[in-house]
Amino acid sequence: MATVCLRQPLKRLAGDQADHDLAGATVGELLAALERAHPAVDGWILDERGVMRRHINVFVNGERAAQETAVAAGDRVDVLPAISGG
Amino acid sequence: MTELLVGTKKGLFVLEGEPGDGFEVTARAFAGEPVEYALRDPRSGRILAATSSPWYGPKVFATDDPGGEWQQAEGVELPEGGDKALEKLWILRLGEADGQVFAGGDPGVLFESRDGGATFELNQALWEHPTRPKWHPGGGGLCLHTIETWPGEPDRLAIAISAAGVWLSDDGGRSWRKGNEGLRPRYLPEDTPEDEVGLCVHRMRRHPRQPHRIFMQFHGGVYRSDDAGESWQDIAPGLPSDFGFPLAIDPADPDSAFVIPLVADMDRVTPDGRVRVYDTRDAGASWTPRGDGLPQPHAYLTILREAFERKGEGDALELYFGSTSGAVFGSGDAGASWFDAALNLPPVYSVSAS
Repeated sequence: MATVCLRQPLKRLAGDQADHDLAGATVGELLAALERAHPAVDGWILDERGVMRRHINVFVNGERAAQETAVAAGDRVDVLPAISGG
Repeated sequence: MTELLVGTKKGLFVLEGEPGDGFEVTARAFAGEPVEYALRDPRSGRILAATSSPWYGPKVFATDDPGGEWQQAEGVELPEGGDKALEKLWILRLGEADGQVFAGGDPGVLFESRDGGATFELNQALWEHPTRPKWHPGGGGLCLHTIETWPGEPDRLAIAISAAGVWLSDDGGRSWRKGNEGLRPRYLPEDTPEDEVGLCVHRMRRHPRQPHRIFMQFHGGVYRSDDAGESWQDIAPGLPSDFGFPLAIDPADPDSAFVIPLVADMDRVTPDGRVRVYDTRDAGASWTPRGDGLPQPHAYLTILREAFERKGEGDALELYFGSTSGAVFGSGDAGASWFDAALNLPPVYSVSAS
């Protein structure tokens, strides 16, 4: 199990819970597992193609990661909005 | 009392007031996020909003209280596992059938709800249209921005996509055919084949009491159709420019239309530093500038396609438009004179009035 850590508004969609212990071998698998556990999150992090949205950043144990990045038991995966806007 | 729902780059603003008495902001929602369009459905009293969060993607929400909780609509997405994602929502439109609501977006997609906007389904006939591989996006993407219904006849629809032209349906969207005859795109070579669909419609408005009549602001051209969008004739002569985005009509008069010309596609600001609405009362044979109360001189504003709306009709026609500089202007006398409804909002994407 790795721990996916969310902030608002994702936290609210995921049962108002910030930390989620989920099974998965990659960041993408963890995010898909999060969607299955909390369907309200569906479409917010991964788009219809199953691709992580462009302005979402993910960090594994503090290191910037990609959808394909491998995760291990005990890892912390932070999901954050990117610095973007204007 | 008039309610304006103003979609901006940084949220939805609700303005309330009356012409002559001023308007004030009474609520703000989706703070910090782009709200492409919002409308109040008079059948349910609910407000629907189309948002395009740069972080979390396009969504439709509904509420009874714009300052309170919003519920996300289901089904506003492309087929899972495909090679395309919904990029942006552009427009919401109420249908003629009970509970019917349409949403249009990029990449040239139409969604339909039959339950007042709680759930939507993708229009498959348009999604799988055989000409789709020939569709090309305009500068704003492949945006389906116009959905015109036919009063009393839910099966008859006209939609427009930039830049994939006009599409007509007589069977409630189960099939679509082109409606582009007479449109002359100056941005394509003169020898472009007749079946070219890369036509950049900016806005269409069907007249509710004479539904065969539709007015159009094109990407370089203003047109009128008298055969429900099958063919078009140029009515731009008399305008300072045939480029612009929005268009409004007067339900009391099928010969009336209102446009806000911009200089040109390479200079998308109001001409001569003067903000003016032009109206025709003779179906496009002549145009009259209406600028009393609007900014000038040195006013170089841009007004986007969803940012011009009306309420009422005839002598009681109210007109409202917003600019990307964050101002909203209104008229309570069919454009004869104008007032400031708001001056310091974020860039205005859309205005609806009820």
